[in-house]
Amino acid sequence: MAIYLIRRFVIMIATIFVIATLTFILMHSIPGNPFTTQDRSTSEAVQENLNAHYHLDEPMIVQYGIWLKSLATFDFGPSIKQPTETVNDLLGRGFPISAELGMWTITIALISGITLGVLAALKHNGIIDYIAMTLAVLGISIPNFILATLLIQQLAVNLQLLPAATWSSPMHMIMPIIALATGPTAIIARLTRSSMLEVLTQDYIKTARAKGLSPAKIVIKHALRNALMPVVTILGTLVAAILTGTFVIERIFAIPGMGKYFVESINNRDYPVIMGTTVFYSAFLIFMLFLVDIVYSILDPRIKLHKKGGS
Amino acid sequence: MEKILEIDDLHVHFSTYGGTVQAVRGVNLYLNKGETLAIVGESGSGKSVTSNSIMQLIPSPSGKIVRGSIRFKGKDLVKTSKKEMRAIRGVDISMIFQDPMTALNPTLTVGDQLTEGLKQHTSVGSAEAKAKALEMLGLVGIANPESRLKQYPHQFSGGMRQRIVIAMALICEPDLLIADEPTTALDVTIQAQIMELFKEIQEKTGVSIILVTHDLGVVARVADRVAVMYGGKIIETGDKDDIFYHPQHPYTIGLLQSVPRLDMKEGILQPIDGTPPDLFAPPQGCPFTARCAHAMQVCANVHPVTSYLSESHQVECWLQDARAKRQPV
Ligand SMILES: Nc1ncnc2c1ncn2[C@@H]1O[C@H](COP(=O)(O)OP(=O)(O)OP(=O)(O)O)[C@@H](O)[C@H]1O
Ligand code: SF4
Ligand SMILES: [Mg+2]
Repeated sequence: MAIYLIRRFVIMIATIFVIATLTFILMHSIPGNPFTTQDRSTSEAVQENLNAHYHLDEPMIVQYGIWLKSLATFDFGPSIKQPTETVNDLLGRGFPISAELGMWTITIALISGITLGVLAALKHNGIIDYIAMTLAVLGISIPNFILATLLIQQLAVNLQLLPAATWSSPMHMIMPIIALATGPTAIIARLTRSSMLEVLTQDYIKTARAKGLSPAKIVIKHALRNALMPVVTILGTLVAAILTGTFVIERIFAIPGMGKYFVESINNRDYPVIMGTTVFYSAFLIFMLFLVDIVYSILDPRIKLHKKGGS
Repeated sequence: MEKILEIDDLHVHFSTYGGTVQAVRGVNLYLNKGETLAIVGESGSGKSVTSNSIMQLIPSPSGKIVRGSIRFKGKDLVKTSKKEMRAIRGVDISMIFQDPMTALNPTLTVGDQLTEGLKQHTSVGSAEAKAKALEMLGLVGIANPESRLKQYPHQFSGGMRQRIVIAMALICEPDLLIADEPTTALDVTIQAQIMELFKEIQEKTGVSIILVTHDLGVVARVADRVAVMYGGKIIETGDKDDIFYHPQHPYTIGLLQSVPRLDMKEGILQPIDGTPPDLFAPPQGCPFTARCAHAMQVCANVHPVTSYLSESHQVECWLQDARAKRQPV
């Protein structure tokens, strides 16, 4: 187990290193730099000074070295566009809000998706099944930004039930979470339903029935645990999708999370912010995938962490 | 002898997209207390449907017992409520399925699965349940039961798993054990061991056993009585000796001839030609007509009446009818 964890850790570091390098290369292969964008007013001399200040006049390899150093020390330096703030400041301010949105989304998506999926499977081909699966198809096919716009139009503008934007009270959180959670809920519901249907035909379910166990016990203890394996497997992908989803949703609802800074930083070529947030989010995702593997091995005793090569 | 189970005129249908499958078409069967009844017959003849009917485990709503009664210790299980049935399953009647590799839940420990039935049906505490589980594992011949309880099914071999499944079925001390092809998925030496185990358990506990199999070798070893199923009906039933030494139905005879035996000359092995009847539209007459070398005009049109050859031996074949001219078959 300890060996597995160490190996896994080394692989995580290596992955982050590769991502950091790729980000660096991609960013610098786009023509222009932070000061060539709109600001025609700055004189050439000023631009040169600025370039020198941010080491943008140094050879690529030196810049790369500086970048790796900042990575190793977890200090991504100040933002170029807002020099009074460091990248770490922005992350510290924006990430908790994005994380709150993301966590609520995944929690609600899991609870409602699994519940819907199980009910649909138990009432296979019944009314609940049809309703749940119709909703699921809608949920998967409507993009979250459209849903967000619809929600604002109906609930905020027409009915005036909920505030349209910002992130200041639980009421403000309802619409963004619905908009973001609907897609994942639908995916989880469909997956839970199909894997539940399969598990319910398994011999060990027949054995459980032959023992005279109650239906609730059969479903919860014997079926659900096995049926949830595929759901756990896609959890990593889902977290990634929700993460990118937060960027879009935060823009629409004017939520001051990481999304705002991230999108702005790309528009502005704000190199330190782009690189800092990208690497931070990659590390976060990689850690989530690691957690998923651990959960998986807890759910299924046949999977031994230390026997599986790091993936 | 006391009859623990009596099945009378059982009909089970399944509705499918292709129509209604008449899987079981009038089965009559009884089981004496403490004996082993073997149900044999080829694939699709209705053996599993019959045994699942006893447990009321026919998949609903597609499957339905449309007619007949199943009296267990005087109580008609067909009319028993779901809740009452749950109290009977695992306690009075237990069932073992074909494949031990899939019959156990891979994500739960063996100890948990062994004791959960006991905990559901009685008010025993954890310690007592564990003691009982250890006793059962000992009974089915699992070494080091104490450490085995904490293990998961994948840590056991196929034969061991089937032993665990048997222990699980016996833990509430049922009166009737139904085993649906309990050894088909195991290799030959393990099969023999498991069959020995069944005999041993019956001697120790006096449990009555229904054994579904298509292995006549198994039947010869453990059965007291045999019922031969064909096309959803029991076409011949009798004591083991009746069936092995005086088989009367052409299908039974064919079945016995298709089993390789040591004393047989090479080339005598005869598989039964042809295919089983279509259960979507079962034949009006004898279901074996299309494959029977002795088929007569009457066979295709009228179903044979039951001939009682002796107190134990019955057969459904026109050849045995008092009106047919007797000739050796
Ligand atoms: N759930 C079901 N839905 C539809 N038809 C079924 C179902 N279960 C069984 N049948 C049909 O009932 C008939 C008898 O099946 P059964 O499983 O009892 O055969 P069997 O004698 O146990 O055969 P095997 O030796 O292969 O186990 C078959 O024709 C089968 O197709
Ligand atoms: S009733 Fe006729 S067809 Fe059926 S087994 Fe007897 S002889 Fe053959
Ligand atoms: Mg069967």
